[in-house]
Amino acid sequence: MSSAAIDYTHEPPVVEGKPKASELDATIAAPLDQFPSRTWWILFAITLSLLSIGVFCIGMTLYEGLGVWGVNQPVSWGFDIVNFVFWVGIGHAGTLISAILFLLRQRWRTGIARFAEAMTIFAVMCAGLFPLLHTGRQWLPMYLTPYPNQHGLWVNFTSPLVWDVFAVSTYFTVSLVFWYIGLIPDLATLRDRTTSKIKKTIYSIFSLGWRHSNRHWQHYERAYLILAGFATPLVLSVHTIVSFDFAVSVLPGWHTTIFPPYFVAGAVFSGFAMVQNVLIFVRQAFNLKHIIMLDHLEKMNKIMIVTGSMVGYAYAMEFFIAWYSGNPFEQFVFLNRMLGPYAWAYWTMVSCNVIFPQLFWFKKIRRSIPLMFVIGIIVNIGMWFERFVIVVTSLSRDFLPSSWGHYTPSLYDAGILLGSFGLFFTLILIFVRVLPVVSISEVKAVVQGAQPSHH
Amino acid sequence: MTDKHLFSITALFDTPDEVIHAAHETSQAGYARYDVNTPYPVHGMDKAMKLKPTRLGVFSLAFGILGAVSAVLFMSWVSLVDYPLIIGGKPFWSWPAFVPVAFEVTVLLVAVLTVVTMIVLFFKFPNNSHPLHDTPYMKRVSSDKFGVSIQADDPKFNERDVAAFLKKIGGKEIASVYFDAEELITPRRLFEPKFLAILAATALIVSGATYVIFNQIMFMEPFSWMSTQVKLKPQRPSELFKDGIGMQRPVAGTVARGFIPYAFAGKPDLAGKNLVNPLPMTKEVIERGKSKYLTYCSPCHGNFGAGDSRLRGQFPNPPTLHSDKVRTWPDGNLYHVMTEGQNVMPSYAAQISRDDRWAVVNYIRVMQRAHNAKESDLK
Repeated sequence: MSSAAIDYTHEPPVVEGKPKASELDATIAAPLDQFPSRTWWILFAITLSLLSIGVFCIGMTLYEGLGVWGVNQPVSWGFDIVNFVFWVGIGHAGTLISAILFLLRQRWRTGIARFAEAMTIFAVMCAGLFPLLHTGRQWLPMYLTPYPNQHGLWVNFTSPLVWDVFAVSTYFTVSLVFWYIGLIPDLATLRDRTTSKIKKTIYSIFSLGWRHSNRHWQHYERAYLILAGFATPLVLSVHTIVSFDFAVSVLPGWHTTIFPPYFVAGAVFSGFAMVQNVLIFVRQAFNLKHIIMLDHLEKMNKIMIVTGSMVGYAYAMEFFIAWYSGNPFEQFVFLNRMLGPYAWAYWTMVSCNVIFPQLFWFKKIRRSIPLMFVIGIIVNIGMWFERFVIVVTSLSRDFLPSSWGHYTPSLYDAGILLGSFGLFFTLILIFVRVLPVVSISEVKAVVQGAQPSHH
Repeated sequence: MTDKHLFSITALFDTPDEVIHAAHETSQAGYARYDVNTPYPVHGMDKAMKLKPTRLGVFSLAFGILGAVSAVLFMSWVSLVDYPLIIGGKPFWSWPAFVPVAFEVTVLLVAVLTVVTMIVLFFKFPNNSHPLHDTPYMKRVSSDKFGVSIQADDPKFNERDVAAFLKKIGGKEIASVYFDAEELITPRRLFEPKFLAILAATALIVSGATYVIFNQIMFMEPFSWMSTQVKLKPQRPSELFKDGIGMQRPVAGTVARGFIPYAFAGKPDLAGKNLVNPLPMTKEVIERGKSKYLTYCSPCHGNFGAGDSRLRGQFPNPPTLHSDKVRTWPDGNLYHVMTEGQNVMPSYAAQISRDDRWAVVNYIRVMQRAHNAKESDLK
């Protein structure tokens, strides 16, 4: 098509063709009605194996203590904190899609919002695992919360680590609530479709007796708007507070004010890469290509260029400020990142996060499924290394050369990382089988002709 | 059909335009107890049904204020009243550090309580026994049709008129929905034996599990490893050493903390030559020296160093400190005498710390000067 032919006065359709509402029901609910395919069982076996590796390594950590990990002085935050920040970041795409794009009236989000929200919840579950394991005595998590106890002690409300507990648990709860209220009308639709008595009972319980009444839709839409309005600052606050864990300390390389926006941009960047990667499989496997359109994936790739460039800008700005500050420790940390013992990690991060996403400037690459899939994976590798570089280089060489050290992760560290991927994908595989991966009621509302013409 | 009561008459419509029109007509005709059921929210329906704007936002605002205020008040109470603790040299009420937690609590309360209010207060959910449930009407509006349902409890309701009205405004598949009379009486399920039995069993299991976990499991390995680990405790035996004694003798030549061996023991001349008073002649130092002098030295040397002992011959009187010999001594010699003792005077190293001895030296110099004041000092 020629460029002059694009008509910007009409929004392009966000669902391909004009599927009937009943067809949408059937398409979206299909995976829930069928017995899982062979491919699904194979994938499930793989993810369960990964998960069991993780469970074994976590069991050993519980039994033996943190000594089995590679962490020690001076690098006391190793893989665990790297993975925590990585997974929390993955989670951010979901709330961004469901809340921020909702407020911005981006209707293309409807096809991918449900899935991205589910991904948020699973990613935050993976993330929450790591600080809990890092505490060492994992059976005493209540110490993290302010509860009345016989010591008369409270948590330190001025500590970023406590802010983190509040931020991550709030984020998880609010994401869950947001996801659940989105599910209620769909569960009611499923309740009225199903022929199985057991399924009907389950759907009835969880749909709470929803009747698609317009007297309810009115409040429901307002509640959705309020939740989106509050989830928007929440999602920005969560990674801001995660970055405070670093920025509020005095360590060179961490103590910078650019951290909050830089972390949020990086979180959205990696989250979109993960959503894009998994959606490629979902739309293929469940015949949802007309609902999760190539256009949507392309839009996600565009967001990845934007956030990737923001991350690249932050990398450059860190160097500039290190030089401009005149602080020799700060300058050393950045030279050490680039040329020191972890230079390989640094250059992996730069090439994966700054250089490869720039390929999305080409429309052909942006719309090519195999290429975007590969770039998405590269981005997530890069973002994992970004957290590795931040955590490990700053801790391993700070002020006093006499207290420098080197960090080498143990096999248990690697096992728990694999296990977290196993947990994430196991939950996703279960999710696609038991709940609609696309919001049925929202998609029906954005199909062409779904809204009254005179309105 | 005798125990069946009419709940409502329903009609289905094919397109959103039709149902908007129907809703408009129904509200225009003066019906109040009716509902429109659509598989997704249809824009403009609130206007067509003449619904009042939702007041959910007011509740959210209240929850938000509740969250913010309670979080800030709680943190202030903890850090000002219940357990004030200086952290990082900051004031007790470091309000900027309370912002993140206050924000998170606000968002949490708004999100959870708004949804709970909507579901419980506005919708009266969970309710799976509404007459419309499991009707063909509900199955259609759940999927692809749009429906209007005019209820029998409407003051204008008349079975024949309503059916005709729905047909007139374009409704299809007009049907009556009935409900059982017994559904009218809300059953008191709270006191059903089955429910009570489940409640009791749950309470028993939860409290039993809590007891076992907190009183048994938490004291088993590996949870108990932190309290049973091998470590040195004062006055206790220890497996770490062959003789089984926890408090081992220090290695020969160990120096106690804060103690520096005296290099000029028995060498007063060298002390006088080599030691330099590290303390300046300041008011604080002199005050300190005076205090120590009056405590430890004055009983024998007298309050002004004249050798006028208060001990009334129970201990030999020392010579005066204002003699030419003592006045011309370097500071090091005075320090040496206090550290080592001289003739019958014992060592005061154990009573007066190193720095305090130097302060006493300074105070002696002050007394000597005052005792031999020059004309020029009187001004």
